[in-house]
Amino acid sequence: MQDSTRSKPAWKRRLLGLALSTGLGFTGMAGAAEVNTTGLAVTDDTVQVGILHSVTGTMAISETGSVEAEKLAIEQINAMGGVLGRQIEIIQEDGASDWPTFAEKARKLLVQDHVAAVFGCWTSASRKAVLPVFENQNGMLYYPTFYEGLEQSKNVIYTGQEATQQIIAGLDWIAKEKDAKTFYLVGSDYIWPRTSNKIARKHIEDVLGGTVVGEEYYPLGNTNFGSLINKIRLKKPDVVYSSIVGGSNVAWWKQLKAAGITADRQTIMTISVTEDEVLGIGGENMEGFYSAMKYFQSLDNENNVAFVNAFKERWGDDSVIGDVTQAAYLGPWLWKAAVEKAGSFDIDAVAAASADIELTTAPEGYVKVHENHHLWSKLRVGQWQADGQAKVVYESELIEPNPFPEGYQ
Amino acid sequence: MGGYTSQELTAIFVMQGFSGLSLFCVFLLMALGLAIIFGQMGVINMAHGEFLTLGAYITWMVSELATQTWPWMQDFYFPLAVVLAFAGTFILGYLVEMLLIRRLYSRPLDTLLATWGLGLILQQIYRSTFGPREVSVTMPDWLMGSWAPTDIIDIPLNGLLVMGITAMMTLLVVILLYRSRWGIKVRATTQNRAMANAAGINTQRVDRFTFALGCGIAGVAGAAFTTIASTGPTTGSLYIVDTFLVVVFGGAASLLGTVVSAFGIAQSQSILEFFLSGSMAKVITLLTVVGILMFRPQGLFASKVRR
Repeated sequence: MQDSTRSKPAWKRRLLGLALSTGLGFTGMAGAAEVNTTGLAVTDDTVQVGILHSVTGTMAISETGSVEAEKLAIEQINAMGGVLGRQIEIIQEDGASDWPTFAEKARKLLVQDHVAAVFGCWTSASRKAVLPVFENQNGMLYYPTFYEGLEQSKNVIYTGQEATQQIIAGLDWIAKEKDAKTFYLVGSDYIWPRTSNKIARKHIEDVLGGTVVGEEYYPLGNTNFGSLINKIRLKKPDVVYSSIVGGSNVAWWKQLKAAGITADRQTIMTISVTEDEVLGIGGENMEGFYSAMKYFQSLDNENNVAFVNAFKERWGDDSVIGDVTQAAYLGPWLWKAAVEKAGSFDIDAVAAASADIELTTAPEGYVKVHENHHLWSKLRVGQWQADGQAKVVYESELIEPNPFPEGYQ
Repeated sequence: MGGYTSQELTAIFVMQGFSGLSLFCVFLLMALGLAIIFGQMGVINMAHGEFLTLGAYITWMVSELATQTWPWMQDFYFPLAVVLAFAGTFILGYLVEMLLIRRLYSRPLDTLLATWGLGLILQQIYRSTFGPREVSVTMPDWLMGSWAPTDIIDIPLNGLLVMGITAMMTLLVVILLYRSRWGIKVRATTQNRAMANAAGINTQRVDRFTFALGCGIAGVAGAAFTTIASTGPTTGSLYIVDTFLVVVFGGAASLLGTVVSAFGIAQSQSILEFFLSGSMAKVITLLTVVGILMFRPQGLFASKVRR
């Protein structure tokens, strides 16, 4: 992609334009000592950052897209001159789908490599494992996944949505659109689905005036949903609200289809299916069902078209881009903006400068960092098509992140 | 239950019964291969799930070939995929026995570790070859959807397919074990290895074939399960715990035990899931199995074996 003989691709031209117009170019470059008072891995020409995801083990399926997006963003930033005139160098570590390994590698990146920022983690479990390391060693983590909320740290920027952003607007829409009164909540049995459903139940009962006719959890890795499907048949809910994840997810949608439960007979909304998952489930099995996410690959705006093209050019035409992949892509850009605003790589300065950072170039559209270190973002509802892409049928206003929703806990 | 017509309740009863049966078939198909290997050789094959995964990936490759290269084959590729899945995993099993298992006989703990390591290696090979993401096997049209004998009953076609394959494989194993020369040798080896050796049976060859056959059955299971669940590098690990449970509960070395145990666990799980929730059903099933095993450590149907 660094091939200079080709004409510049659209995103490069756009980014170059942005750099020039915002004056963030090469003027006023400061020496390493000035921009780095705490011994980070910064020289006059380079700055080192870490990427910490699972590229082996069960989570590799989900985290690969994030690694690709973060590398793409960093390469693009380097191509337009780097951060404070310094080229970004990547030190990549493998969390190996194992939470203690995540903590150990995080410590290595901070204590031994002194990286200026880390882009990484995917599951809440891995984030919880590294959080004390980042807080004790004073590091900076950019975390891409939509998650259950109930957390806030000076040392973490959450680039995905917290639960209320993802859940409430989606439920409002489906209740209105389908005139839904009865809901059946299903999920895998761990913290994220349980917390999400707690918020969903509260909203359905208190705000929408509906009823929850069933709430159920299946162990992670469960592959048989026959009984659940029969119960849904019996209860005939207006909406099934699903947060089943991982390998179970594929079994769940395939068996729904096989049981004759198609979108014209049952409305299902999920908060755990992105383009990545549809690849394994098969578009024909998801056709007509809804996902509530902040980003879909099919978003029709200039930023996103450039992003999708650049991503495919870099990682192959078969690549798909899901919600978390896009959120991971934002990480390096938000960090760059914060460093430039602070005029320093120091963690404290970057953390302080992060609030109110705006990004108009995000593929999902405009985003802004809240002082609680989450992002203002929109919620979109996508309806899946047979080709594995979603048609966006609803887009909310910008939603304020609220990781500690009152009365919802 | 209030508010439902008797017709609706009958329909649910039928569909729930079918759902229990199809879970039974999944368990049995998975446990069959493991049971004959454990029963005869005393080898606990921790890589059993990865042989299943290989079968699933072979099915996926055949389906990709069918949809992309020979579209006319799309409706008929599945039987071919099953045969190739069997062949592929059989050959791999044969090689593994020859290169690895054979050297570790009479060291059951070491085979446990070695096959576990093999499982990890295979997982990473799948990940490096096919990518870490799950792949989707394109189903032929005749396998999609459900069969509706009445207005409100829907029987999943892929469930019927898994049932058919399970019945076929079980029959095949029974015939091989009880109606073939190889079966006589296997049973002789199982009962008394030294005497079988003395009587001129090449027990090493019997072992190798048994191991390969067990792996081959796992491959067929993998092909069958692509129709109902996921295909990814770690697919096998989704099934492996239940499979061990079935084999241990049934009593090693007993085919009947495996069948009965698969049936019992599947039905209780399926019924409990209906009245409680998925996680609670699992907890109660596991507790019951543990409780029964405390009184019958040999499993339900322990065969009398001289060792």
